[in-house]
Amino acid sequence: MALLEIRDLKVVFTRRDKAPVHAVDGLNLDVDRGQTVGLVGESGCGKSVTSLAILGLLPTRGVEVSGTITFDGEDLLTMSDTRRREVRGRDIAMIFQDPMTSLNPVLRVGVQLTETLRRHRGMSTGEARVEAQRLLEQVGIPAARQRLGEFPHQLSGGMRQRVLIAIALACSPKMLIADEPTTALDVTVQAQILDLLRTHVADSATALVMITHDMGVVAGICDEVSVMYAGRRIEAARCYPLFEDPRHWYTKGLLASAPTLERPRADRLSPIPGSAQDRIPWAQGCAFAPRCPAVTADCLAGPPPMVSVDDTHQHRCVNPAQPHSGPAPADKELMSP
Amino acid sequence: MTTAFTDIATAQGLELTHGEVEQIGGGLWRQALRRLAHSPAAIVGTILITCFVLVAIFAPWIAPYAPGDNTWLSEVRPGEYPPPSAEHWLGIDPQGRDVFSRLIYGTRQSLLIGVVSVVLGGLVGVGLGLLAGAFSGWVDTTVMRFVDILLSVPSLLLAIAIAAVLGPSLTSVMIAIAVTSVPIFARLLRGQMLGQRASDYVLAAKASGLRRRTIVFGHVLPNSMTPVLVQGTLYLSIAIIDAAGLAFLGLSSPDPSTPEWGRMLTDAQDALATAPLLAIAPGIAIVLAALGFTLLGEQMREALDPKYHR
Repeated sequence: MALLEIRDLKVVFTRRDKAPVHAVDGLNLDVDRGQTVGLVGESGCGKSVTSLAILGLLPTRGVEVSGTITFDGEDLLTMSDTRRREVRGRDIAMIFQDPMTSLNPVLRVGVQLTETLRRHRGMSTGEARVEAQRLLEQVGIPAARQRLGEFPHQLSGGMRQRVLIAIALACSPKMLIADEPTTALDVTVQAQILDLLRTHVADSATALVMITHDMGVVAGICDEVSVMYAGRRIEAARCYPLFEDPRHWYTKGLLASAPTLERPRADRLSPIPGSAQDRIPWAQGCAFAPRCPAVTADCLAGPPPMVSVDDTHQHRCVNPAQPHSGPAPADKELMSP
Repeated sequence: MTTAFTDIATAQGLELTHGEVEQIGGGLWRQALRRLAHSPAAIVGTILITCFVLVAIFAPWIAPYAPGDNTWLSEVRPGEYPPPSAEHWLGIDPQGRDVFSRLIYGTRQSLLIGVVSVVLGGLVGVGLGLLAGAFSGWVDTTVMRFVDILLSVPSLLLAIAIAAVLGPSLTSVMIAIAVTSVPIFARLLRGQMLGQRASDYVLAAKASGLRRRTIVFGHVLPNSMTPVLVQGTLYLSIAIIDAAGLAFLGLSSPDPSTPEWGRMLTDAQDALATAPLLAIAPGIAIVLAALGFTLLGEQMREALDPKYHR
């Protein structure tokens, strides 16, 4: 049994006088111990909402969550608030996207690090301080002792993200969720942060869920990748096969839209036409159909099932791209611009 | 600026020592203090406030006579009051007392009323705001409706009503002014807390499983208090003016040995045509004290505003 098992997760935001938004729409996802899983997709596909649902951090009003999220044998959705607060930070920790705003500006770094240690590991203030220094050193912050007494605004962006990682690692969680942890950082710092996460995961058998829209990050760190579209997983594979042999047209489009070094500079990038808003409900067919270059009548004949290519590669495409096939037929009429 | 500098220094393997970083950065309050020290308005405000505080403390040594001493009653004729002289710098009031001495002692009452009522009102207001800001739902609604009711009555009218019910005394004036300031502090703090609650660091704190009270008291409250402190400073001037107003209406302590600027205005009312100085002197004192707190408060608001940072 996997460490984290998400089954048929649905998150619906209800709105007054408007149609509800299905942010996550029947998601299944497994994460094993020690495994790094990438959760990829464009903005609005439900990546972050999924992570908030796992931690139970979605607002209670106007949000309907259904399905099951089993973590280490316990259902996170039905457990009590008290129990969930114990699990958060101790068993599941999260690293947020923006290190500039995710630290409290008026509290010293040391205070923010030690409060988690005192809460979950029952340490005294003195013990927690020693441990906090060790944690800062572990994430590669020099002069850790002094840094403990500083305020977040005295640290650079990369250092702040390291502090956030130190806070997340404080209780040696079984699972880490990193929600675009490198988006707000410049490229050299990104590489350092990814290195840090990779080393930690390898050393401690922590499961890591890496939420990102950066295929480079995925290639650099993930064992498995799940591509999300419109709140559902549309393709899942091990990292290499996914890059080499994407079957779903959305995955293919996502990979084609990223710049590569091989491509001539003058070439224009090929974006996926339309936006994530142009979708149809899964019940009527493939949500990607309105933007898909290879759409057929079958695509609109009910929800596409998950199809297995092999043991580790599944996709949800009725008319999948063939291995190493070229770009979609150009004469195909798009359903929306 | 600081961040970029630290970045470059770190990239070049130049590790800044704690002291150096401290010099460049410094805490929010330290930076604010530095900015205040360069602001002429803040300096003027601070000097004014310091003067009034010193005068209040050393009143018995500064004032030439006791405030209730009416030895010079014989020199007063109806409609004709002795003008300023070497012995009586600001003249003698209709009850035959030295105006300068009463003005000096009056500083004590005015500052006392201002500080006590703002602290009292601030405490209750912060308590209510904390309740409303920490719990949403019915607690928030109940507290805020109560605050709205308080706010719907004009504040001076409310203060007059309260002081009238409690009877004329120093305490009732302080309570009256405190009550009228409660809604201001409560609304301000609640608004700040609602804003902070939606911030990333609160989400991060929740994600690390911290208890609700740790988040409220350790994270949200410290980030929400700055505007409340600034408002408190600004409200001191309003409290001093309101106190004078209530005293003018005869709602402060009737004891002649504890003079109050507002009451001095009342006493000077009949002599306004012949001896305007009797009213002008306490009037100027009220204006200067209020001005001091307003200047400092406004400058503090700017110095602590993150928009002015870097």
